[in-house]
Amino acid sequence: MTTLTEDKHAYSGSTNNRVVYDTKDLNLWYGQTHALKDINLSIYEKEVTAIIGPSGCGKSTFIKTLNRMVELVPTVSTSGTITYNDKSILDKTFKVEDLRTQVGMVFQKPNPFPKSIYDNITYGPKIHGIRSKKVLDEIVERSLRGASIWDEVKDRLKENAYGLSGGQQQRLCIARCLAIEPEVILMDEPTSALDPKSTLRIEELVQELKKEYSIIIVTHNMQQAARISDKTAFFLNGEVVEYDKTDTIFTTPSDNRTEDYISGRFG
Amino acid sequence: MKYVDQTLVHKRMNSRVLKNNILKQVFLIATLFGLAVLAILIFRVVTQGIAWIDWNFLTGKLSTFPEKAGIMGAILGTSYLMLIVIPVTLIIGVGTAIYMELYAKKGKLQSFIATNISNLAGVPSIVYGLLGLTIFVRVMDFGNVVLAGGLTLSLLVLPIVIVAAQEAIRAVPGHLSEASYGMGATKWQTVKKIILPAALPGIITGAILAVSRAIGETAPLTVLGIPAFLLPFPEGIFDTFTALPMQIYYWTLDASLVDEYAYLAAATIIVLLVLLFILNAIAVIIRNKFQQRY
Amino acid sequence: MTTNSGSEKKSAVNVREMIAEKKRKRNFSALTEKIIPILLLIIASISILTTVGIIYTLLSEAFEFFKRIPIWEFISGTVLKPLSQEPEFGLLPLLNGTIISSVIAMLVAGPIGIMSAVYLSEYASEKVRKTLKPLLEILAGIPTIVYGFFAFTFVTPVIRAVFPAVEATNILSPGLVMGVMIIPMIASLSEDAMTSVPNSMREGALALGATKLETTFKVVIPAALSGIISSFVLGISRAIGETMIVTIASGSSKNFTFDITQSMQTMTAYIVEVSGGEAPAGSTIYYSLYAVALTLFVFTLIMNLLARYVSRKFREEY
Repeated sequence: MTTLTEDKHAYSGSTNNRVVYDTKDLNLWYGQTHALKDINLSIYEKEVTAIIGPSGCGKSTFIKTLNRMVELVPTVSTSGTITYNDKSILDKTFKVEDLRTQVGMVFQKPNPFPKSIYDNITYGPKIHGIRSKKVLDEIVERSLRGASIWDEVKDRLKENAYGLSGGQQQRLCIARCLAIEPEVILMDEPTSALDPKSTLRIEELVQELKKEYSIIIVTHNMQQAARISDKTAFFLNGEVVEYDKTDTIFTTPSDNRTEDYISGRFG
Repeated sequence: MKYVDQTLVHKRMNSRVLKNNILKQVFLIATLFGLAVLAILIFRVVTQGIAWIDWNFLTGKLSTFPEKAGIMGAILGTSYLMLIVIPVTLIIGVGTAIYMELYAKKGKLQSFIATNISNLAGVPSIVYGLLGLTIFVRVMDFGNVVLAGGLTLSLLVLPIVIVAAQEAIRAVPGHLSEASYGMGATKWQTVKKIILPAALPGIITGAILAVSRAIGETAPLTVLGIPAFLLPFPEGIFDTFTALPMQIYYWTLDASLVDEYAYLAAATIIVLLVLLFILNAIAVIIRNKFQQRY
Repeated sequence: MTTNSGSEKKSAVNVREMIAEKKRKRNFSALTEKIIPILLLIIASISILTTVGIIYTLLSEAFEFFKRIPIWEFISGTVLKPLSQEPEFGLLPLLNGTIISSVIAMLVAGPIGIMSAVYLSEYASEKVRKTLKPLLEILAGIPTIVYGFFAFTFVTPVIRAVFPAVEATNILSPGLVMGVMIIPMIASLSEDAMTSVPNSMREGALALGATKLETTFKVVIPAALSGIISSFVLGISRAIGETMIVTIASGSSKNFTFDITQSMQTMTAYIVEVSGGEAPAGSTIYYSLYAVALTLFVFTLIMNLLARYVSRKFREEY
């Protein structure tokens, strides 16, 4: 467990974690709607950071801003800065493709491509120019192992990914994301469409992945956040109400609204 | 006192229900009327023409003697036309659809192109014939060859392909392209590797429907001055040609002189309808088989 | 290099480095991303070029025609004798033929199309609907040349067997057959309009004790009226532009008459006759093609715009 002082920007020497993402006065509008308000968050390497909050609080918007997927909505405008590894990524000159190569994303609903399991995994490496069959084979095995789905699918790599169960599809999507070896994995409510058993497997997987990747996970399931994350940020109406160690948030929150939300009084 | 007199309502109810039931039958008959005409049409054509279809008819040349006449030239001509129509409409149709759905900013230019396409769909085919006559036959000086006919028909059926491709692209769920963008793919990579393959069955279905429309089109070809004489078989896109519908047209006109020509026309119609039936069956099969479960 | 399979540790393959390596080498992909939208825009503008081509061709050649034949003489002329020694180019005989054949077609397609639509959307079970609708659509897929053959070699002889006074080429037979051809169009578009009327509206009427028939005529049809009208307008446009059926079955008489048992020529049939007759380029008769086609184009364009306007403007808010 990390030990964090009250100051968000300081971090303990014992875990030696550095900041991967830093947002400064981040604001975002969908047309006239102010969806994110003055977000200041520092997200640390090789930790699981959970984003919680009621529907419509901006938590999905926030995570999609981190890899600029939010720009797929044409009316979006932003202000403030996000630095990723000391580079300012909201600059229009910054290539989103590079960003998204280093920052993987897992979506709410499992969204494998209508292709074979093998082709799903090799999609990323291929678009980035890796063609060697030998290398691809190795990437496929390693990614599937990394997402702990290898044993279930190793005999049917050429079959269509839609033949898998929902939980398997989601782990396949995680494997697809691992195939290009990102540094950060963004997970947007990755278990909201899954049954409890599949959810548990994904949660275990997240614990495993944290050894090598920084993970930012949006969830509306507070138990999930409590179980798997190191830090938790509570979003409400587009603002960060509280951001702290998960233990602190769930035991001694400093804001009444956080306490109300966690104790189930709204949301 | 009540305003609604129940006994009166009851009395009227019977006649109202009766009226409903009678008209229901009338509506059914009306619906079946169109189908009955279709049945008669097909029955007439088949009984008139089937006896005339044999190997010689399918592979032979035109002849001044009806019993020796063959439609190989028309079959070849129609095939050559399709060799032009299919690639031209696919490239332009799919390209336009990609632009409209994925690249164009929502705005004046996009809605102008959209309005324009739907207006083009309503222009009578004979007007396209005049366009082809003026531009391809005269100005570009191709003459009344396969290329001119094929390009004219391509422009005619282009709106069908564009609209079908637009619908197919729109039907590709957004979460697929999101997944692709999320892996750092560029827009064109996403279009080429994810969206187009997923939209392909819909695009092909639309293209087949467009082709079957083009195969049966006669009016533009008459304007281009496509003959149905004893021509040598076309061997390339710069050769003069005739096509199945043109053959039907000329034989139908001749039918008032000699009855046999009506039978030849009917036999050619059977060939044309069988061709269309096969194309549509393929479209249906593709639609059913490749319907994606996303 | 060895891959120690079974281990989740990094092996010799370092994907991150490989990707960075490739990225340095492949700058052309950035170029592709810039060129593709431009290329697609060029392709998309072909449809605009087609429209420009049609309008320019028709206008410029028709303009040539109106230099020789005053536009008023063309529009109001009741005599059309393009091949005579002293040619006359009156539009009215063609306009008359076009309107009469379209009216006959709509008298068939209108009532039958809307009754089919009512049956399919209000009365037929799902199973029946799913069988009948594709069958009706076959009717729309039959090439018009086949309908022309049918009108000429079957419908006309049948009519003449009953009414011997009817000529061998007449406007009645192609009009009727054209109507049959347009049925599926009106049926399908009207049915779409009716099925999009929400069920809650039907339930409101049915719950008051109205019969299905009363519900259809008092609730569904009024609510779907804009769609139905626009299907009629599109049907008329289709009839005006239809060529092969009238060319084959109505002959080329340029009589200015209202007698539907006689041969009449439509605008479309005139274009086929004159262009097929190899009118020498530059002659007045050649230019008359474009004047007639321009008229035809304007008529169908107005109809299509009207159909779209009606279906937008009078769309009921559910």
